[in-house]
Amino acid sequence: MINKILATGAPPFGPHLLSVSGLSPEVLTGILDTAESFLEVGHQTVKKVPVLRGKTLVNLFYESSTRTRSSFEIAAKRLSADVINVSPTQSSVTKGESLLDTVRTIEALGADGLVIRHPSSGAPAFVADRLRCHVINGGDGCHQHPTQALLDLFTIRKRMGRIEGLKVAIVGDILHSRVARSNIMTLSRMGAHVRLVAPPTLIPPGIRTWPVEVYHRLDEGIRECDVVMALRLQLERAAGGYIPSVSEYARLYGINADVLDRLAPGALVLHPGPVNRGVEISGEEGFDDRSAILSQVEFGVSVRMAVLYLLMGGGSEEAFPDKGGKE
Amino acid sequence: MAHEILEKNQGPKDLYLVGVLEGGDLLARRLRDLIISFEGVEPPVGAVDVTLYRDDLSGRGGPVPFLRQSHLPIPVDGRKILLVDDVLFTGRTVRAAMDFLIDFGRPSRIMLAVLVDRGHRELPIRADFVGKNLPTARDEKVEVDLTPGTEAVYLTRSETSGVPHDQ
Repeated sequence: MINKILATGAPPFGPHLLSVSGLSPEVLTGILDTAESFLEVGHQTVKKVPVLRGKTLVNLFYESSTRTRSSFEIAAKRLSADVINVSPTQSSVTKGESLLDTVRTIEALGADGLVIRHPSSGAPAFVADRLRCHVINGGDGCHQHPTQALLDLFTIRKRMGRIEGLKVAIVGDILHSRVARSNIMTLSRMGAHVRLVAPPTLIPPGIRTWPVEVYHRLDEGIRECDVVMALRLQLERAAGGYIPSVSEYARLYGINADVLDRLAPGALVLHPGPVNRGVEISGEEGFDDRSAILSQVEFGVSVRMAVLYLLMGGGSEEAFPDKGGKE
Repeated sequence: MAHEILEKNQGPKDLYLVGVLEGGDLLARRLRDLIISFEGVEPPVGAVDVTLYRDDLSGRGGPVPFLRQSHLPIPVDGRKILLVDDVLFTGRTVRAAMDFLIDFGRPSRIMLAVLVDRGHRELPIRADFVGKNLPTARDEKVEVDLTPGTEAVYLTRSETSGVPHDQ
């Protein structure tokens, strides 16, 4: 029986999670189902499982973060792993240490997994090529945020019961959004119809090649949608320069209770956080149970537990074939 | 087996059947159906995926399986848990299942029922209820088919086809 259990359902997943681009619908479903089991762990008397006992996860965040970092930390601790948080402002990075030297140091300290968030797109992939530990992309520049897309997928499936056939509108700063890029891939691959709603300046060039419909008016874009995902206006990436004013943006693209009435019945509002109150979302108290923003945070822990377990749960020998000390 | 279980527990009171995924799940539900037909009482039935508690996950290298959902409809505290699995081999799965249950609460008792005991224990574990003792060699495989109508236990030696044993 042991052999049978271990031989079935082995996923073509790992050793790193850098992007959602390689994940098939089967793998995505497997990750969501696994995350479903981890929801149960939160209901146990002992809210821990021993599966990553003796393994170390390092959180290396070059950009500020509350929910992603603490969510990974809680997830790892529930799996009995040890967690170290490294933030560049308090580390040798301020003394001018390079990214590569920093991650090599972390690896030498004995990390089994590394969650990295970096303002440069591609930084996690760069690091993954040069390390022998599991690398998880915690958000890189305007490129990808895989675990956010997975937890959005999980939240939608959990609350709506399905993903296939749903109309999902992603509203706001698409241009700077790694969340949107990851979500478009996962949602369309799972059979949802994705619409983008944004001012023309916040739509990236080359959008025609994406599996989406583009709208510039909120009214038209969200009509009959089952899910609306509002994105944060990324003022730190100079999004303010792409729109006439923040208040005008809030008036034209902000989600409020009136806007919600134009959605399909039982529709859901998502936001990856942190929310600019009064800009992308206002009057959330009038959303009733249509806001799933806190569910996203709660489910984020289970989804990240699933990712950590699937990547780091096995042994490391076979996970890194032909990867001798590559310099 | 259902009779034996009821006899030893003086009826179905506090009994809680927990199948070990994936083979034990179906078996636990069949035992429940039999208990209903004998006693007219429905004992709760749960299922556990013990992958997270296995001791051989990190040792074997390579990817780990996706999880199936464990399901325990009511708390285990104070209950007489009957773990149900199809084949008892090294005992390591049962050890993992017991750790899992203990993390969920404090059962008053944990018992074990298996359809086939094939020997080769590596831990001090024995079953309270055994359908059939089946002496095997270590490299043989035991497969249980619980499809209604074609129930059978197959004993396979690598490659060669199975020798059916009746239940």
